Amino acid sequence: MFTVLSREEIAPKFHRFVVEAPEIARKHRPGQFVMVLPAETGERIPLTIAASDAEAGTITLVVQEVGKTTMAMGLMSAGDAFLSVVGPLGTPTHLERFGTVVCIGGGAGIAPMLPIAGGLRKAGNRVLSILGGRTQELVILRAEMEAVSDEIVYTTDDGSFGRKGLVTHALADLIAEKGKPDLVVAIGPAIMMKAVAEMTRPLAIPTLASLNSIMVDGTGMCGACRISVDGKTKFVCVDGPEFDAHQVDFDLLIKRLRMYLPEEQVARESFLASHECRALKGVANG
Amino acid sequence: MADEVRGVPELPKAERMKVPRHPMATQEPLERIRNFEEVALGYKPEFALEEAQRCLQCANPPCVKGCPVGIDIPAFVQLIREGDFTGSLAKIKETNTLPAICGRVCPQEEQCEVVCVLGKKYKPVAIGRLERFVADWERRLGLSSTPQLAPASGHTVAIVGSGPAGLACAAELARFGHKVTIFEALHKPGGVLVYGIPQFRLPKEIVRFEIDNLSGMGVEMRTDFVIGKTATVHELLNGHGYDAVFLGTGAGLPYFLGIPGENYIGVLSANEFLTRVNLMKAYNFPRTDTPVRTGRRVAVVGSGNVAMDCLRVAKRLGAEEVICVYRRTRNESPARREELEHAEEETIDFRWLSAPVAILGNNDGFVTGLRIQRMELGEPDASGRRRPVPIEGSEYEIPIDTMVIAIGQGPNPLATKSTPGLELNRHGNIVVDEATMMTSIPGVFAGGDIVTGAATVILAMGAGKQAALGIQAWLDRLAKGEVSKPSLVPAQV
Ligand SMILES: Cc1cc2nc3c(=O)[nH]c(=O)nc-3n(C[C@H](O)[C@H](O)[C@H](O)COP(=O)(O)OP(=O)(O)OC[C@H]3O[C@@H](n4cnc5c(N)ncnc54)[C@H](O)[C@@H]3O)c2cc1C
Ligand SMILES: Cc1cc2nc3c(=O)[nH]c(=O)nc-3n(C[C@H](O)[C@H](O)[C@H](O)COP(=O)(O)OP(=O)(O)OC[C@H]3O[C@@H](n4cnc5c(N)ncnc54)[C@H](O)[C@@H]3O)c2cc1C
Ligand code: SF4
Ligand code: SF4
Ligand code: FES
Repeated sequence: MFTVLSREEIAPKFHRFVVEAPEIARKHRPGQFVMVLPAETGERIPLTIAASDAEAGTITLVVQEVGKTTMAMGLMSAGDAFLSVVGPLGTPTHLERFGTVVCIGGGAGIAPMLPIAGGLRKAGNRVLSILGGRTQELVILRAEMEAVSDEIVYTTDDGSFGRKGLVTHALADLIAEKGKPDLVVAIGPAIMMKAVAEMTRPLAIPTLASLNSIMVDGTGMCGACRISVDGKTKFVCVDGPEFDAHQVDFDLLIKRLRMYLPEEQVARESFLASHECRALKGVANG
Repeated sequence: MADEVRGVPELPKAERMKVPRHPMATQEPLERIRNFEEVALGYKPEFALEEAQRCLQCANPPCVKGCPVGIDIPAFVQLIREGDFTGSLAKIKETNTLPAICGRVCPQEEQCEVVCVLGKKYKPVAIGRLERFVADWERRLGLSSTPQLAPASGHTVAIVGSGPAGLACAAELARFGHKVTIFEALHKPGGVLVYGIPQFRLPKEIVRFEIDNLSGMGVEMRTDFVIGKTATVHELLNGHGYDAVFLGTGAGLPYFLGIPGENYIGVLSANEFLTRVNLMKAYNFPRTDTPVRTGRRVAVVGSGNVAMDCLRVAKRLGAEEVICVYRRTRNESPARREELEHAEEETIDFRWLSAPVAILGNNDGFVTGLRIQRMELGEPDASGRRRPVPIEGSEYEIPIDTMVIAIGQGPNPLATKSTPGLELNRHGNIVVDEATMMTSIPGVFAGGDIVTGAATVILAMGAGKQAALGIQAWLDRLAKGEVSKPSLVPAQV
């Protein structure tokens, strides 16, 4: 059992978990993730290790509620435990001194970006971050990202915070102002990563994307996570999750993410229904 | 201990031959395709006694040579006839740690039963069913007997992978008095027995029972632990201080066909399909959270045991038409005969001499069809089987909603690639010394599918046991200071 030491809501529908997992904490390197199975009847889902503390024997996960599993996780409290946490999985980010690196994080993608940006900074890079979200509160982990960035730009769709618009607009301005960076790392919704890749490709700026395909085992055993990179089939869980964004077939990724849309809706609705019942019962009893 | 069943008399040889082989009761095909309960129901005690009566008790029994682990078949069958089921099981367990499992899944028609003397004129003794019978008898009565353990040796051994190879190796080493820890990547131990072979062929309670027995023998089970990620083999030997390591990581890397359209949604590897259903219990969705979708028409490519399992799972998930696409004929199908026959009874549509050439899909990325080419048999190939050759202009298309690829698995490289100094063959399988099962790294042993490529439960189990002997010899030499563990080599991740 992997005990949850704390859970806090850091933004609407964003939860930060600190989980006891000493072996994983000891081995974790930026870019790696864990597969979490909350309970016996649950689903194994991939979540990036947002931070780890080898001494305390803990890892930190930042989870956005999007469906049944993540919503149920949002109801957990300190002292609860996950049935299974496996990792650290995936190939760690290649960290070296590139020069200037632009780290682009969108929505839940900011969480996986945090250790990577930190690692790149430690390796001696100048880290310029661009963080985007629909609204101000959805631009998460600002203080943490500011601590590892030399400069930081925020964007929101509605202009409620930072500049109005998309992360790609901010990237265009940044390149116009400061010239081409040596590396761009993009983590966020597939559509965002695709837009970034399309922008940096004609400029020949090396660009990495961390892909969020659907997974089952996370160890290269099932092939559920497969995508196409440079025309070749790759498994995101072992060959990735980071790939050369210019070679990734994002349209295929976007399609494959829709694989279980109807089932995900069934699961979400039955979950919400059972929780409304509980809430109503609570009222009746109270 | 005497069982409460009376034995039956020994018949004269001539009469034994006249007793017909007892069929095993099964769930009716039309009923069983609606549930995941076990298909083959096993023998009742009276049937087992009568079946045991058939054995000729050959002086030089060929059946024993047919069994990869050399079970003393006439002896255990004789004990059944005498009504001493417990004694019979003990006899089997001298060589086979997992009889309830092997009795169910061994390809008996190629191993012990194919060479049975009775089989020349009549039908062979139902060795597998008898083996299953005594093992089930023990489990139903809750008679689980923890074997005698040697006094603690002070040695520790790490086993990587909890499939039949790892389980058998662990059981032996625990008996020798060593402290054994099994490291398993998944959240449930059992390997293919749990994530691959479906409930209706091998109920998970049986695997659980065997694993509980191991725990009873003091074997520690560390699930959620991936060697190569959570720790490396070299760290097990040094940081963790194990005296030896056994690698039984199996064949867990799915092969794809390499034809166009393989990444369409609805095209799954057998591993994904079976893992979702067996390990994650997707057939209970939405009561369980992991989904699997099959639609109305499912095609499965391949015709081995894995393919049979996929076909029959698809049927049970409610698919109306389930089609098996295989480029050779029924004769070359590598599946256990019983599974093939059960699949046929379950109205699977077998398309022999048919090769998939392209997978078709729509704009949303979903699979919609399969293009198939008809084949004919040509000259024998290296395996001695006649090679299928395409018939020009014979291509046709079938509509499908789901396609499962069951054409084999390779070795998963997570553990091997992270172990510098480990010699592999060109397929990525681990090279071992055949007598000791030791790899190119002193103190590191391997066995099962990771060494042989995808094979059988009994071979993996036998390899695990053999490796336990090799490990025992290594530990003896280690204790005498004749050998030492390799020093820590950093992994190349
Ligand atoms: C390497 C990797 C790292 C990730 N890191 C994080 C993270 O740090 N924080 C975070 O909030 N999210 C992360 N995700 C995404 C997270 O795994 C999904 O949001 C989660 O699985 C959704 O499960 P659900 O049951 O709540 O929602 P569902 O209703 O099942 O799905 C909602 C959406 O999530 C995606 N999804 C569904 N099942 C899976 C699955 N088994 N694996 C991957 N995606 C799936 C699909 O696109 C789906 O449309 C990561 C994904 C990957 C592949
Ligand atoms: C669907 C299916 C049906 C089959 N039907 C039959 C049948 O009817 N009869 C028969 O005789 N054989 C059958 N087989 C073959 C048989 O199951 C295998 O030959 C046998 O299970 C091999 O045993 P093993 O112990 O070598 O490996 P496996 O059973 O594959 O076990 C390996 C274990 O190691 C774990 N592992 C892998 N890598 C790591 C790592 N790095 N760290 C930690 N753990 C790791 C895996 O998760 C797995 O649990 C079937 C196989 C399949 C897939
Ligand atoms: S283990 Fe398999 S091959 Fe050996 S006797 Fe039993 S069923 Fe036959
Ligand atoms: S070969 Fe057949 S008849 Fe002879 S001992 Fe073996 S099982 Fe009995
Ligand atoms: S998740 Fe199964 S192979 Fe990647």
